[in-house]
Amino acid sequence: MSARSRLLFCVAVLGALHLGVACAGFFAPYDPVAQDREHPYAPPMRLHFVDTQGQIHPRPFFYAQALRAGSFEEYEENRARAIPVKFFVSGAPYHVLGVFPLRMHLFGGGGVPMYLLGSDAYGRDLLSRVLFGGQVSLLAGLIGAGLTLSIGLCIGALAGFWGGWKDEVLMRMAELFLALPWIYLLFALRAFLPLTVPPLQAFLLVVMVIGAVGWARPARIVRGIVLSAKERDFVRAARGFGASDSYLLRKHILPETASAVLTQAAILVPQFVLAEMTLSFLGLGVPEPVPTWGNMLASLQHYNVLVSYWWMYLPALAMVPFFLGYLVLASLLQGSYGTSKIE
Amino acid sequence: MRCAPGSEVSERRARLGHMGTLLAAISACALAIQAAGSFPTHADAKEELLRVAGEIGRPGGRIVIALRSEPKTLNPLTAPDTTSREVIGAMQADLVHINRATQLTEPALAKSWKVSADGLQYTLTLRRGLKFSDGQPMDVEDVLFTFRVYLDETVRAIQRDFLVVGGKPIAVRKVDAQTVAFTLARPYGVAERLFDGLPILPRHLLERAYKEGKLVQAGGLGTPANQWAGLGAFRLKEYVAGQRLVLERNPYYWKADEQGSRLPYLDEIVFLFVPSADAQVVRFQSGETDIISRLGAENFSVLSRQSRDYRMADAGPGLEYNFLFFNLNELGEKTPADVARKQNWFRSEKFRQAVSLAIDREAIVRLVYQGRGVPLWGPVTPGNPRWADAGIAHPARSLDKARQLLADAGFRLPNAENGESQLVDRDGKPIEFSIITSASNADRGKMAALIQDDLKQLGMRVQVVPLELHSLIDRITQTKEYDACVLGIASFDADPNSDLNVWLSSGGMHLWHPSQKHPATDWEAEIDLLMEQQLTATNGARRKKFYDRVQEILAERQPMIFLASPDVLVGAKTSIGNFHPAVLEPYVLWNVEQLYQRNGAENARR
Repeated sequence: MSARSRLLFCVAVLGALHLGVACAGFFAPYDPVAQDREHPYAPPMRLHFVDTQGQIHPRPFFYAQALRAGSFEEYEENRARAIPVKFFVSGAPYHVLGVFPLRMHLFGGGGVPMYLLGSDAYGRDLLSRVLFGGQVSLLAGLIGAGLTLSIGLCIGALAGFWGGWKDEVLMRMAELFLALPWIYLLFALRAFLPLTVPPLQAFLLVVMVIGAVGWARPARIVRGIVLSAKERDFVRAARGFGASDSYLLRKHILPETASAVLTQAAILVPQFVLAEMTLSFLGLGVPEPVPTWGNMLASLQHYNVLVSYWWMYLPALAMVPFFLGYLVLASLLQGSYGTSKIE
Repeated sequence: MRCAPGSEVSERRARLGHMGTLLAAISACALAIQAAGSFPTHADAKEELLRVAGEIGRPGGRIVIALRSEPKTLNPLTAPDTTSREVIGAMQADLVHINRATQLTEPALAKSWKVSADGLQYTLTLRRGLKFSDGQPMDVEDVLFTFRVYLDETVRAIQRDFLVVGGKPIAVRKVDAQTVAFTLARPYGVAERLFDGLPILPRHLLERAYKEGKLVQAGGLGTPANQWAGLGAFRLKEYVAGQRLVLERNPYYWKADEQGSRLPYLDEIVFLFVPSADAQVVRFQSGETDIISRLGAENFSVLSRQSRDYRMADAGPGLEYNFLFFNLNELGEKTPADVARKQNWFRSEKFRQAVSLAIDREAIVRLVYQGRGVPLWGPVTPGNPRWADAGIAHPARSLDKARQLLADAGFRLPNAENGESQLVDRDGKPIEFSIITSASNADRGKMAALIQDDLKQLGMRVQVVPLELHSLIDRITQTKEYDACVLGIASFDADPNSDLNVWLSSGGMHLWHPSQKHPATDWEAEIDLLMEQQLTATNGARRKKFYDRVQEILAERQPMIFLASPDVLVGAKTSIGNFHPAVLEPYVLWNVEQLYQRNGAENARR
């Protein structure tokens, strides 16, 4: 596989994953905040193709689960009745991409609770929560990375291009931001805010903060590239022909930074997803009941959840393909730009 | 009464705690070598030991127990926190004691008492031959000194409030060398229960500090062991900051078992400081601690599932009641219009009743307590059958009735296009408010999340805000900046008087509107009057009638919406004998003098 097709494949996989999360409402069988108080901590259900009599069913089916009488945590399957999975069913209303209202879900249990990844303490479907939680976490990562890169690119380019005392001031500022313990900054910021912050506002706040404090590293990288680029022969030649500063920056210098910026982007997105997860895990991010990968994992802070309900770890697994995808993308990007330069 | 415990986590302490267990283990080895001591194990002729019923144990050994935090002090005059009380309980003794299992009074330092016909005079006869844990004899002078200290306003003892009856402090008089008389200005409903929780202090150690006005500072944890004494089963041995507090057997203790052997059986109790509930579970599971109490239902089932050399016990519903309440304070002119507008809803009784009807209490018991609890409609739990009012209605959850009540009170529920309808008030403003809970108490956080979902069914938008316990208490009692709150209270006695400052409108724990100068509403005035009446009624049935009425008013007006009460859940190694948990505090250490190690020597070696 050539470097280019590998890159395309990686982008396609990442795109598919993101599309799945963006259309969470369609793939998720339930409303992520709907509580089913009859089924707290239900373990993941298995999909079957072969029933107890050995008969093969072309359509997958499952057995309904119910709490064992007198117990509050042990479930038993009702093997007497196989319940076929229904496809393209109508269920809880949702919005595709936050705009188009729909009720159609890819699959559902047809009235019988069906938790493929199990349920949490309130009987909320974990699969639905992982999908919807990904929307918040990934969006935070993408917006945060976008914000950071724009700020970093501007400051880095200007510092490198201007040089002199302006460069000094900007770079010392960058060092200050690098040294800033941002998690404590967030604690402090949260304490200043009013008691209740609506989920959307809380989300935006988290994104703004993590985006605004992370610009220093990309800025330093960009500055380095700009510093070397502005001394190169073709740039000097263009300057000799009377090109303006903004023309030089746009046409000759910034394109040189493209590989570094794209690579940084691929590295920063998972980093910011992780930052959002950390904050939500600590209860500083998006509040319950809105799911995010971070606040879903927060229940693992309790010992009993840790040792009793293994499926509560699943949100942590969900991020693995995303992170792998982004990191592979980053290394492919770096590689492909490196070779093209040599050519 | 007190605020039920939160688990303030301190990482540093947790780390230090690990070292603590290591050191404790080493010192345990050293102790096993030590000889049993040369103190008399049986009473001499002059002593009147109190013989207590129970399994005959074997002397020796030690038990290790984790405490959620370090006790603040060993001084009973200034000990409001749970852990201090737990430790002091093992080191001090009172004249008359409430048996935590039967919830009845029984003789302690006083071997008998008489009440005059008018209920105003109590004559107590002291046991003969009593000695403090440092060997000094205890006599009537110590009792007189103790009550002088309690009643001295400059000392500010927490016990003073209980000893001022009808505005006049109780009068104490020496009758003879063994007898003291107490005279009250008015009859006192609690009768001899009054003397429980009033430890007798050692005059020979404390008189100087008292005269110098330094009594409150005495009894810090750093006090040398020979400078501190009590009449309890154990005495101070060693304190290591951040790690542990070790108590040793009081060789002069005044109780004996049925065979006449002097109690306590154990040589030592080690209190380890383990700040988080989860860490306590892990330590108990690994065998580092012998007894665990104040367990959450979920950790209880984790331990029950893997039970090997310990047994878990569900002692039944305790006295803790959890509730939701709204901010009904009279706020000043500076109050933002927003808060004042919300208070208009909260002040509506129909609004509160509707909220109460919408709450799924059965779900709270199942999902929060895994069935190890009971739903509540009043403050007195089934764990306190003597005082619970059987007449209080237990209305089943009904969203329809709740909606009807809200409609009657002028709230409207317009049909929204997106399917999620939003309740609005008369002015068309949406009903949105927040519920604060303690971040360290997972149970109450869960309750709030369930209530949030219940109220969504009524069209109310509720947010749950977990706060650190101290800032939560500060908001409720000082700044009053909150909408609603989920909290719990664990009464330390079954008697209604233990919650006096919750129900009196002037009380500091009258949570929805604390420390009022005059009762804000007629029904609060009525509760004040009823609590006053039950305080002075001497007839138990009459007291019950007054207190029943208080419960009925609370159930009707719903200043607190009662939710559920958890069972008292504890566990102990199977090697611990006489382990009989009670629903009153201290749940497991109330009979600490009778606890023993079945395999004493083996355990001490561990």
